[in-house]
Amino acid sequence: MNKQKRDRVYAVLCTVLTLIFIAVMLFMVGELPPLGRADNPDINEVVEFYMEEGPEETGALNAVTGMILHYRAFDTLGESCVLFVSAVCVFILLRIDGEASNDTLVAIDRRYEPTGDPILTQTFKVLVPAVFMFGIYITMNGHLSPGGGFSGGAIIGAGLLLFLNAYGLEKTERFMTSGLHRRITALALCFYAIAKSYTFYTGANGLKSFESAGTPGAILSAGLILPLNICVAIVVAMTIYSMYIMLRKGGFNK
Amino acid sequence: MSIFLSNMPEYAAMILFGIGLSNLMLAKNLIKKIIGLNIMDTSVFLFLAAKGYVDNTIAPIVTVSDLGHIDSALYTNPVPAGLVLTGIVVSVSVTAVLLSIVVRLNEEFHTLDIDEIIRILRKRDREDLQ
Repeated sequence: MNKQKRDRVYAVLCTVLTLIFIAVMLFMVGELPPLGRADNPDINEVVEFYMEEGPEETGALNAVTGMILHYRAFDTLGESCVLFVSAVCVFILLRIDGEASNDTLVAIDRRYEPTGDPILTQTFKVLVPAVFMFGIYITMNGHLSPGGGFSGGAIIGAGLLLFLNAYGLEKTERFMTSGLHRRITALALCFYAIAKSYTFYTGANGLKSFESAGTPGAILSAGLILPLNICVAIVVAMTIYSMYIMLRKGGFNK
Repeated sequence: MSIFLSNMPEYAAMILFGIGLSNLMLAKNLIKKIIGLNIMDTSVFLFLAAKGYVDNTIAPIVTVSDLGHIDSALYTNPVPAGLVLTGIVVSVSVTAVLLSIVVRLNEEFHTLDIDEIIRILRKRDREDLQ
C-alpha cells in the first residue's frame, strides 16, 4: 500500500472510531438522571456534610475553599507540586545555557523583544495597580468570597506577563530574578507541606492544635486557610511567569 | 426528547470530547494535536460543572447570618468545583510540558508535521546503518 492510501484508511478508521465512541457516550448520557434535580444521586450526605458542617468547622464561608484547603488540603498540595514539577520540566527542556552563541539565539527568535510598544505601555500604566490589587484581593478573600489561591495567582501571573511584555526582560528582572523565583516557590511549597502535616498530625492524634476556626466572616479567620491560599497563589503566579519566560526566551538572564 | 433538552450540557460535553479526540488522532500538526487535547479537557470540565448544577440554588458560599442553621438544599454541589480545579491545574501543566517538547522538536527538525519528523528520523536511522 502506498502512503496516500494508508493515510486515507487511517483517517476513515479514526472517524469511524470517534463516531462509535460519540454514539456510545450519547446513549450513556441519555441514561443519566435529568440535570439539576435536587434528589439526584450525586447530592448525597457528602455534600450535606460539606455544606452544613464545613463553614463552622473550618471557619471558611466559601464551602469550596473550606473543602479544598482544609478537608482535602493534601490534594491541593499535590496540585501545587504538579505545577512546580511541570515548571521544572519546561525549564529542563527549554533552558539555554550561557555559552550559547548569539547566532543560535537570534535564529530561534529568543532574544527578540519589542519593548516600548505605546499601546501596551499605556495600557500597563493604567491597569497595573488594578491587576495586582485585584489578584491580591481574590487571594486574601478566598475563604470569604468567590476566589482563592489558584484564581488570584493566575491574575497576579497575568499582571507579571503584562509587565514583561510592556517593559522587557531587563526591567522585570530588577525584582524577578531566577534566584527569587526558586526561593519563593520552594519556601511556599515547604511551608504548605509543614503546616498541613502539623495539623493532620495533631488532628489524627487528638492533640491540641493552635489552629482554630476563629470568627467566620473576619479576614483573619479560618485557621490556616488564608496562609495556604497565599502559598498557592505564589506557586501559581511564579509557575505562570516562569513557563512563559522559558517558552519565550529560554531562561532568566540573572 | 425531554431528556435531551434537560441533559443538553452533558450531550454537548460528549460531542466536544469526540471532536477533541478526532482532532488528536487526525491532525498532522503537533500544535493542533495539543489543541485537540485541550478541547477534550474542556469537555470534561463542562461535564463536571453540569453535574454540580442544581435548579434554583445559589453558589456554595454562606453568609455570616446563616451560620448555625445552614440548609444544604439551598446551595449547589461544591464537590465538582474542587474536582474541576484539580483538572484545570493538570491540563495547564500537561499543555505547558507538551508545548515545550514541541518547541524542542521544531528546533531540531524545523517542522511541526509529525509524519515529516518520523520520515526524517527513519532516514537518519538508515544513514546510521550504512
